[in-house]
Amino acid sequence: MTAANGVAKPEPETKVKVRDLTVFYGQKKAVGPVTMDIVGQHVTALIGPSGCGKSTFLRSLNRMNELIPGCRVEGDVRLDGDPIYGQGIDPVAVRRRIGMVFQRSNPFPKSILENVAYGLRIGGVSDSREISARVERALSQAALWEEVKDRLNDSALGLSGGQQQRLCIARALAVEPEVLLMDEPASALDPIATAHIEELINELSENYTVVIVTHNMQQAARVADYTAFFYLGELVEFDRTDVLFTKPSDSRTEDYITGRFG
Amino acid sequence: MIRSNSTSREHTNREYELELRRLREQLLLMGAKVEDIINGSIRALIDRDSELAEQMIAVDRKINQLEIAIDELCMQVLARRQPVASDLRFLTTALKLVTDLERIGDLGVNICERVLELNGEPPLKPYIDLPNMSREVQEMLHEALDAFVAADVDRAQRVIARDKNVDAYYTQIFRELLTYMMEDPRNIFRATRLQSIAKYLERIGDHATNLGELTVFMVKGKDIRHAGKLSDGTT
Amino acid sequence: MTEEAASASAVPRPVAATERSAALARANARRTRRNMVADTAMAVASGAALLLVLAILAVILVDILRNGTSRLSWAFLTEAPREGMTAGGIFPAIVGMVEMVILMTLAGVPVGVATAVYLHEYASSVSPITRAIRIAVANLAGVPSIVFGLFGLGFFVQFLGAGIDKLFFGGEKIYGQPALIWAALTMAVLTLPVVIVATEEALRAVPRELREASLALGATKLQTVMHVVVPQAAPGILTGTILAVSRGAGEVAPILFTGAAYFLPLLPKHLWSQFMSPSYHVYVLSTQSPDVDATKPILYATVLVLLLLTFALNIAAVVVRARMRRRLPGGVG
Repeated sequence: MTAANGVAKPEPETKVKVRDLTVFYGQKKAVGPVTMDIVGQHVTALIGPSGCGKSTFLRSLNRMNELIPGCRVEGDVRLDGDPIYGQGIDPVAVRRRIGMVFQRSNPFPKSILENVAYGLRIGGVSDSREISARVERALSQAALWEEVKDRLNDSALGLSGGQQQRLCIARALAVEPEVLLMDEPASALDPIATAHIEELINELSENYTVVIVTHNMQQAARVADYTAFFYLGELVEFDRTDVLFTKPSDSRTEDYITGRFG
Repeated sequence: MIRSNSTSREHTNREYELELRRLREQLLLMGAKVEDIINGSIRALIDRDSELAEQMIAVDRKINQLEIAIDELCMQVLARRQPVASDLRFLTTALKLVTDLERIGDLGVNICERVLELNGEPPLKPYIDLPNMSREVQEMLHEALDAFVAADVDRAQRVIARDKNVDAYYTQIFRELLTYMMEDPRNIFRATRLQSIAKYLERIGDHATNLGELTVFMVKGKDIRHAGKLSDGTT
Repeated sequence: MTEEAASASAVPRPVAATERSAALARANARRTRRNMVADTAMAVASGAALLLVLAILAVILVDILRNGTSRLSWAFLTEAPREGMTAGGIFPAIVGMVEMVILMTLAGVPVGVATAVYLHEYASSVSPITRAIRIAVANLAGVPSIVFGLFGLGFFVQFLGAGIDKLFFGGEKIYGQPALIWAALTMAVLTLPVVIVATEEALRAVPRELREASLALGATKLQTVMHVVVPQAAPGILTGTILAVSRGAGEVAPILFTGAAYFLPLLPKHLWSQFMSPSYHVYVLSTQSPDVDATKPILYATVLVLLLLTFALNIAAVVVRARMRRRLPGGVG
């Protein structure tokens, strides 16, 4: 696989190892058990019909599921060998290494600068020069710097939808996570803004491991190196995107991607 | 992973389903016409029927029209439906199939042209091997088309295996005609025409083999073309 | 036609299309007329109710304005009362009220906000403790204010105050009597439910997505509450505070036993001082005045001051809410 600039990507290595991950809401099993190796510095897409568990699975990777009362997670997830779940493992620390961007952009009602700097400030960074530098770097990585560099102190709410989403991406990147989770990041955007986000994802995958949930199969086909198909709370198939979309192994995958579900 | 076309389940989008069905019908129609042309051209040879030969040449025009129509249909489906997996393999196979069928049609025309030339002369010899060869080739073609329709990999594989019979027939016919040519220079005109016809039939056999390989790819997703001829010599 | 149709219903016969559409049109017209009548009746009824309320308000206001504006002046607001409350102004009462309200706010708002934050952000919504707290808050809101006054007297003045006197002042009666601080604390307790409910409403209106965004960036719950949720809920909290202040400025019963006095020669300077208050002033003037005619203008003027103050505070609450709502996404009031 080649990166956005045409240079061949490094040998794929597993970044996140998921073993028998199961998520319960109370007594009801929402998704799992899932076993998957997420490859570092590549894009993995999670596809499947509504309610198949892909978002639940995504949120269990940065322990955001715990915010829902009654949610229970079993199984093992390891980031570069470090377990994410377990006694004495702080979810806050996990979320600094695994960032998340949401479906609807949710900037804070603060200035653009303060939005991006938020993660830094609460992480203890106080030196204003360091903050400025990291904010600029994050906004550049999110392809937003040129558009906002002259109005960093303006309210973030004045940006367009696509810009707000890129701001949220910059905000997540500012804390320099290793993995970036994206839950349908472009579903609320128009096609042009979507194309920008997809291009951004391509660029980001050079430095970050990206896992993206999408209900748009063509987007998964365009953007992802690897694709996982979820159905009815189960991981049905996981393979390289070009293989999954030309000769899937499971008939359920075949039926879903060719539009044969009733 | 051996899987047949998901013809057991239909596309949610009815129009899409109808488009694919129409495509399939057109392909079968084209296949049937091609079979007719081969059949008719050999018939014209054996019966020395020039009128039939002329009619067969006219059929080829219909075949060319079908090629254009099917290509157009495939383009539309590709643009509008962004097909994946089995649908994608079906469409790309269809595009290639159409090319092979069109070539077979052209070869049929070529046979007819040679027949017209031969009918101006007395027959060189009783035709025994040529009809046998043509029967083999026609059966291959028929089987290949059936295998495609039924998405039957085994049948397709059998077609591929039969190609060596066709090659054997050709070698034999060629050798026999060679002896005729060496015997008497006045035989050369007719012998070369007959050898051409045999060559055309041999090529039709190759195309039928292609159809078989395409069917295997469509069903299994494994490209088995150019077996043994792909390596650059390093292994 | 209808009779024919009715008799024909026993033997169904095909009704011509034109007859059918005519019947349909008539039914539609009937329904439209009914709807219009209902709409008009509704509008008339609500208009009448509004007019009634406005009329009552107007009567009250007119009476007060007629009798009170004559005495209202800058001097009135800045002078002390003279000659047995028949002349002068209400300056000490205003000062006393302001001091009491400030203390009340300082004591009550942090506690109320913290309680609301705990209830909404931290407490499990199904635990019995949480439910007990909520029931307590609801009941607190319904307690009559005179009961608060008695509570303030018994607990703050006689228990806490006396205890402080014994411990720190060797039994000398300083805090063990009606005092500014006790009145302020009593009022704080009274207005606590207002602050708690307003704050909880404001917290509830903060979109979940903002909390999630903060947590996803690696913030702790406390950081999220402090840096994202509470700032976003600030307008609502401020509104609650203003409403509490507005209530506190006007209540009489709670300060009756806990700190208010009719006439004081000096302005309240210490926490243990007593103080004057416009509301209490009105109560006394109207019930214990030696010379009714002389004090009547002063009475009305004081009432007018109170009313104007209440209006001003409520308008301030609305303005604050509107202005801050503009600055925030989906802001809350």
